[in-house]
Amino acid sequence: MQSLYDQLLKDVRIVEGLSSCMNCGVCTAICPAAEFYQYDPRMLINIVQSKDEEKLEALLKSETIWYCGQCMSCKTRCPRGNVPGLIIMGLRYLSQKLGFFVESEKGRQQFAIKRTVGDNILKYGYCIYPDSILPELHPEQGPVWEWIHQNLPEVYDRMDGNYKKEGPGVFRKISAETLDELEKIFRVTGGEELYRKIEEYSEIKAGEMGIIFGPGTDNDYFRHTYLTNSGNHTREE
Amino acid sequence: MEKNSKKFIWKDYQKEIADDHFFYVRSCIRQTFFPGSESFFLKFMRDELGKDVFEDARHTTCTGIGFHGDVVPHDTIMTVVARHFALMTEAGYKNVAISCVTSFGIYSEILETWKHFPEIENRIRENLKKATGRTFKLPENIAHTSDIIYKFRDDIASKARFPLINQNTGEPLQIVEHIGCHYSKMFPEYGVGGAEFPQVLAGMIKAWGGNVIDYPERRHCCGFGFRQYLVQANRGYSASNSKKKFESMNPYHPDMIIANCPGCTMFMDKWQYTIAEMEGITYGKEGKGIPVLTYEEVTGLVLGYDPWDLGLQMHQVQVETLLDKMGIVYDHSKKYKTKDGKDVGKPLVPELLMIEKNIHSSKRHP
Repeated sequence: MQSLYDQLLKDVRIVEGLSSCMNCGVCTAICPAAEFYQYDPRMLINIVQSKDEEKLEALLKSETIWYCGQCMSCKTRCPRGNVPGLIIMGLRYLSQKLGFFVESEKGRQQFAIKRTVGDNILKYGYCIYPDSILPELHPEQGPVWEWIHQNLPEVYDRMDGNYKKEGPGVFRKISAETLDELEKIFRVTGGEELYRKIEEYSEIKAGEMGIIFGPGTDNDYFRHTYLTNSGNHTREE
Repeated sequence: MEKNSKKFIWKDYQKEIADDHFFYVRSCIRQTFFPGSESFFLKFMRDELGKDVFEDARHTTCTGIGFHGDVVPHDTIMTVVARHFALMTEAGYKNVAISCVTSFGIYSEILETWKHFPEIENRIRENLKKATGRTFKLPENIAHTSDIIYKFRDDIASKARFPLINQNTGEPLQIVEHIGCHYSKMFPEYGVGGAEFPQVLAGMIKAWGGNVIDYPERRHCCGFGFRQYLVQANRGYSASNSKKKFESMNPYHPDMIIANCPGCTMFMDKWQYTIAEMEGITYGKEGKGIPVLTYEEVTGLVLGYDPWDLGLQMHQVQVETLLDKMGIVYDHSKKYKTKDGKDVGKPLVPELLMIEKNIHSSKRHP
């Protein structure tokens, strides 16, 4: 069994993102997540640099690794070329691969992202698909989006779109052959395996928590992961 | 040795932008919320400039939002993008025009990764061959679609029907520009002006008569944060970051915000509504919110296109105050009509961005 640190080093994002951090704290100063959440990218890099397996396992099971927004402002600013945002991506990947993500409230949200964006990709060929942006799941979108959502064919046609039709254009139908190519790419490159792990570990966790697990987004575990906020994450609380 | 000449100093901030023959790749978010912008870009390039822009119906999402939402592995996204390169190669193109800043950052990152780790490029080539049978050549030039409009900004200025000038005062419109983090914070050399002096939107604004507002949080993230928006429980992060920007820009009285990234455009539009609902705060001089436009929409308005053909009715913050300042004449009765003039109702249009609460209890931001 490889150490967690060695497993992390197999990810080029960790190799590129970790370069003898000298603890200057510039990444933390520029970080939007550090301002909002109880999060300090400098400390996170320290833990990874320590190569301490116990601390690394605790980190992979923690809320901490899920606070970054991947704006990558840290990449521009680090005087030594460290990129905490890239290290976060490597940590999150390993946390999901090993099933540690279900041990934190923010980590469990990966299930909600897989069931929305993740499933959109293989079902429609788009990350974001207008039919799936349900006003009840997106109150922040406001009444104009609600009107658009009620009139999708007419609105996209007004904008010279090609909604659900053959050929190029806005929201063209992605053909079965193309979706098949996407699916094969996911199979060959580990995308399918990651989706499966997210599903499997989430189903087990839902059972442990006594929350009903089911298909799609109309089930209690989806709602739990999509909506739960314990209020223990931000700086003010 | 020209080490000290200004020309030399600024050379790192220049970007080579192809002139013609583009392979166009759409954006999931721009298509969803600003479809008129993509339609305008193609019309502008083909009809106004006579350029060759090709679109392949087999192009899909790059999976970027899934990648930055951490449900799509690194090898998977690189292979999906490799497939896009294969479609480009098969169609005989070498230049990519990218509609999405997230995709643009991903394309940049992949090309840089392959440059430094050729073994990864080889692995991805094998993945693609195995999954689809396709092969590809690397693109010679990648441009965000705003780079291309920037390149032709002076041609646009020469044809401008409605420059960025307040017709009531004769003064330049005061404009906030937001380029989006993934445009050049990751790989500055891929953006016009790099990460420190981004010119892509500022150059358009200046060329078309407007004034660029420099405010403290100009380079702060809009707050998308991928998972921080995708999951409803996290959206406080997203709204808070946008709010930080609004608070910082508001004392400079912006007439509008122009955004580079479709996500940033949508968030800065929608969070103004949310903040109005949650806190009763409305930004902007007139207390009606600050209109947030894409660069394509602004280009279209400057050239005299109809606002409703450009899709400005799809914005939550109403744009009429801006249109009036620019002296643009528009037919309000056509705003929510279909292409053939059919009535499909209209949204609840908030006078002061407040819907459910009594509008009289709302307050303008001090």
